[in-house]
Amino acid sequence: MPRLLPTLHQRGSPLASGAAQRARLARVPLRRGFPDALAASGLLPLRPTHLEILQINVGKRCNQTCRHCHVDAGPDRSEVMPRTVIEACLSFLARAGIPTLDITGGAPELHPDFREIVTRARALDAHVLHRCNLTAILLPNYADIPELLAAHGVEVIASLPYFQARETDAQRGEGVFQDSLLGLRRLNALGYGRGTGLILDLVTNPVGTYLPGNQAALERDWKRELKQRYDVDFDRLYTLTNMPISRFLDFLEQRGRTDAYVTRLADAYNPAAAAGVMCRNTLSVGWDGTLYDCDFNQMLDLPVGPAAPRTIFEADRRALEGRAIAVGPHCFGCTAGAGSSCGGAVA
Amino acid sequence: MPDRDQYYHRHDLPRFREIARGAPELAKKFFEWYDAVFAEGALTAREKSLVALAVAHAVQCPYCIDAYSKDALEKGSNVDQMTEAVHVAAAIRGGASLVHGIQMLNHADDLGM
Repeated sequence: MPRLLPTLHQRGSPLASGAAQRARLARVPLRRGFPDALAASGLLPLRPTHLEILQINVGKRCNQTCRHCHVDAGPDRSEVMPRTVIEACLSFLARAGIPTLDITGGAPELHPDFREIVTRARALDAHVLHRCNLTAILLPNYADIPELLAAHGVEVIASLPYFQARETDAQRGEGVFQDSLLGLRRLNALGYGRGTGLILDLVTNPVGTYLPGNQAALERDWKRELKQRYDVDFDRLYTLTNMPISRFLDFLEQRGRTDAYVTRLADAYNPAAAAGVMCRNTLSVGWDGTLYDCDFNQMLDLPVGPAAPRTIFEADRRALEGRAIAVGPHCFGCTAGAGSSCGGAVA
Repeated sequence: MPDRDQYYHRHDLPRFREIARGAPELAKKFFEWYDAVFAEGALTAREKSLVALAVAHAVQCPYCIDAYSKDALEKGSNVDQMTEAVHVAAAIRGGASLVHGIQMLNHADDLGM
């Protein structure tokens, strides 16, 4: 695969629109819809348990164009979270006493205020998670980022689909695996993943239309392989199911496999995974301040329900914790098998 | 009505457990044993999946090849590992034929001068 591909947005693809994606998913002939599956598990309406994580998507700019990206991120994307929204996010984090700030994108470090967001969130004593693609930190203007993360004890959650070049480059672009190794070694050299208290987690998602395997078993294999092959260390491996939206949905459509893939997810519905889905303890903020139940709903233009505060400017913890979470067929992606979340398997 | 012009249908694979329509107690015992066989043990589930993939090729079962190609990927194996497993099956099948050549040589020795 070439290093960079045009985004859906750049290609003018109909699937660049969240509404078009939702319409396609609604046409998948499922035996039962996601609300019916939740109802059978006694989980309808799906409600938050306790708001523990504020996940902010600071923009869609990225130096990579991974084929499965649910954000349709890429170098051509111009959406960047403005300062007013950042201020509102930090203000809500402080006044609501939310323990964790999860910074995602795009490549979050490409945001001009990334360093300030990290510094100020840590000053609020929030635990900060940085979702890292391992290559943006190699770019000339961002070479200071690993030291900044280490100095503030930020937990790094890095994407790496596989411990070999062929699979990784097939998903993320030619040469990305070798660059990712450089990124991992920089983080290891600072003490990340090496028992110093600086946490480096890896996220793997299937390089194809199959489901991820057992997280604990894969972590064992990955630790052995990355150590033996490249002397790379990390803390935890999280498995993530490919969500049938955005660029992965485009891939499924090209292969004629959308119905089969979504049906496979639905058939693998696990009530225990449904009970532990991340939208129950996470609130997602879009680059423009709109509130969503998760980053996937964000990309589908599916905001929090009308009864809940709609933007970060009017966010209220109690009102948000009482909301009913918006769901759709894509939610089967988080409840299949052992489940899938930004923190890996959930069941 | 499904197409019955072919003996093999991919849509029949997920119907495997319908075999319990007859002799349900036997099916129950079989599937319990089957599931136990593939659980983590002295061999990992990933290793067992590769063994199953190799055997699937040895017995040339298209259902099993379908199921264990997917299962091996899901368990974290890569195409190099899966191909090596298939080569093991091919080597044993080829070797099994070739080693019988010793019987041929024995016959030839017996019959010849």
